[in-house]
Amino acid sequence: MGGVRHHIRIAASADHVWEVVGRPELLHLWFPGIVACTVDGNTRTITTGQGVDMPEEIVANDRLLRRFQYRITAPVFQHHRGTIDVIELAPDDTLVVYSTDAEPSVMALMIGSGTLDALRELQRQFTDGGPALEAARG
Amino acid sequence: MGRKVLFVTTDQQRYDTLGCNGGTLARTPVVDRLASEGIRFERAVPQSVVCMPSRSTMLTGQHPSTHGVWMNGVPLPVDAPSVAADLHAAGYRTALVGKPHFEPFLDPFARFTENTVADRGLTGTHRGFEHLEFATHSPLGTLHFARWLQREHPEALGWFYPVLDGDLEVNAAGGRDTGAPQVHHNPIPPEWYHTDWVAERTIAWLDSLAADDDWFCWMSFPDPHHPWDPPASETARIDWRDVPLPAGYPESAAEREALLDTKPRHWRQWYDGTLVSNYEAPKRWVPATLTADQVREVNALNAVECELIDEALGRVLAAIDARGWGADVDVVFTTDHGEFQGDFGLLFKGPYHVDALMRLPLIWRPARSAGVPAATVTRPVGLVDLAPTFCQAAGIAAPAYMQGSPLPVSDADADARRGEQRVLTEWDSELFGVDVHARTLTRDRWVLTAYRPGYVHDGTEGELYDLADDPLQRHNLWGDPACAALQSDLLADLWDHQPPTRAPRLDVVAPV
Repeated sequence: MGGVRHHIRIAASADHVWEVVGRPELLHLWFPGIVACTVDGNTRTITTGQGVDMPEEIVANDRLLRRFQYRITAPVFQHHRGTIDVIELAPDDTLVVYSTDAEPSVMALMIGSGTLDALRELQRQFTDGGPALEAARG
Repeated sequence: MGRKVLFVTTDQQRYDTLGCNGGTLARTPVVDRLASEGIRFERAVPQSVVCMPSRSTMLTGQHPSTHGVWMNGVPLPVDAPSVAADLHAAGYRTALVGKPHFEPFLDPFARFTENTVADRGLTGTHRGFEHLEFATHSPLGTLHFARWLQREHPEALGWFYPVLDGDLEVNAAGGRDTGAPQVHHNPIPPEWYHTDWVAERTIAWLDSLAADDDWFCWMSFPDPHHPWDPPASETARIDWRDVPLPAGYPESAAEREALLDTKPRHWRQWYDGTLVSNYEAPKRWVPATLTADQVREVNALNAVECELIDEALGRVLAAIDARGWGADVDVVFTTDHGEFQGDFGLLFKGPYHVDALMRLPLIWRPARSAGVPAATVTRPVGLVDLAPTFCQAAGIAAPAYMQGSPLPVSDADADARRGEQRVLTEWDSELFGVDVHARTLTRDRWVLTAYRPGYVHDGTEGELYDLADDPLQRHNLWGDPACAALQSDLLADLWDHQPPTRAPRLDVVAPV
């Protein structure tokens, strides 16, 4: 099992950040390299920049804890668990932690590296504006 | 018109695989002739013994700490300095044909240019290269060679060795006669194999140039890096049963293990299969299982791959001569790092700074019009010296960001121009809680490696070898009271000359 964890601080309220993170259908708007995303019940299907569709099971979408958890169910994974925690540090200071655990372990690195870019893009959009925020306000 | 530069690299090739360096297995008459006409370096040292950091050093002229690619899987920033960009700005036509690997190959989100240019129908521009045609060891994926083979010869895709297994780990499966890992029967015709493809695409690009163009062409062969799966029609050139065991391979397990036990503990731990610190070595393969016959077969197939490269280079040089450029072309032949090929009972590579991985083939045949006499240079030089050498050949000043200096043309030139001649090498790896950090100094007849604290080291371990009296690095003098003053002097020299470190540190984004 391999594990990768990234975090970032965002100058916005935790509730505001959760308005984006807690909307699984918006992922492609802030995760670079994911070009499309559909949600049907507890199933989300993402399409990567390489044109690969990957099905996911949404495990938890807890607005009280501000935790989103999902599991990639594509056969290449023996195990996967992705967790995004949105943690309030101060009224306009939020810590976002994106953890990836996977078997084969190499997949944790490959997915985990994308999550770091995603956190940076999320931070950028809360600074400069962007499609995920617009869609969340939509 | 200035001097043109053909920069030829291979991947993971040992010093002793060339005839001009004393090799007896592969026939390499083309490179041997370049050596007889030019400068042959007997102590060329990489700044890293894995691909991405080492190739980034060649491109930037900087040490890994400075360019920031501190292990495989860390992409070189797109805005990193590039000798190709400097030459292009000076009016040179520039191309990179073959294996790049400044960016990770495993790229599910298609974030890196190297993996997307072919599918976008592009052949440039990136990192100062106006023309790009990429290849690597596998026919799968999205590089130009892979797309060409998928389009033109799809029946051949399954003939190559699968580099990754079903779990996307580096494949440990063995094949052919001995079951050696990453050895495979590949029925592909030579003209469909990546070695010939790289040469043919290089010739095609050269043919597209005007007669009076100045040019810099990096021709980068993916071989003889594993997998060892050269075209089957060529493997009869060398019968592995006739291949002598290398001097660095102790036949007795007891002797191998005694040797490894004189070195820092990660050597023996890898041999025993209890520690893997380099993703590119198959983690499901245990080096202690390597047999003498497997070493023979690996070395035979490796030699076949070296011969195919030599022949391909010969065709490119003939094409250059046919264009009338022969007198004005500098040819530099080298590799990014070495390969164990049985030394100490090991294969592949890792944090092990000994000659198998650290002593590189390097031949520089200056343009004949430059009038540089042939020579052998015994003083240590580094791959960090290549970029300033290209600038010198092009008649432009080496930019201030480069940390090396132009290669010497003789020992006397080295002594007069380069002062104290030390070469630095680095290793850093961090993978799922296992980290190894080493710094190495090559100076005079000595090579010293100090390990910083990590998963298996407490910061007191090291290696010290006398390259003159112990060419196989079997006697670790680290901690020997008789060498205490020498060790102290070399250590001080090592720490006094560490290159500047890029900050903040770049992230690992893929295994390779």
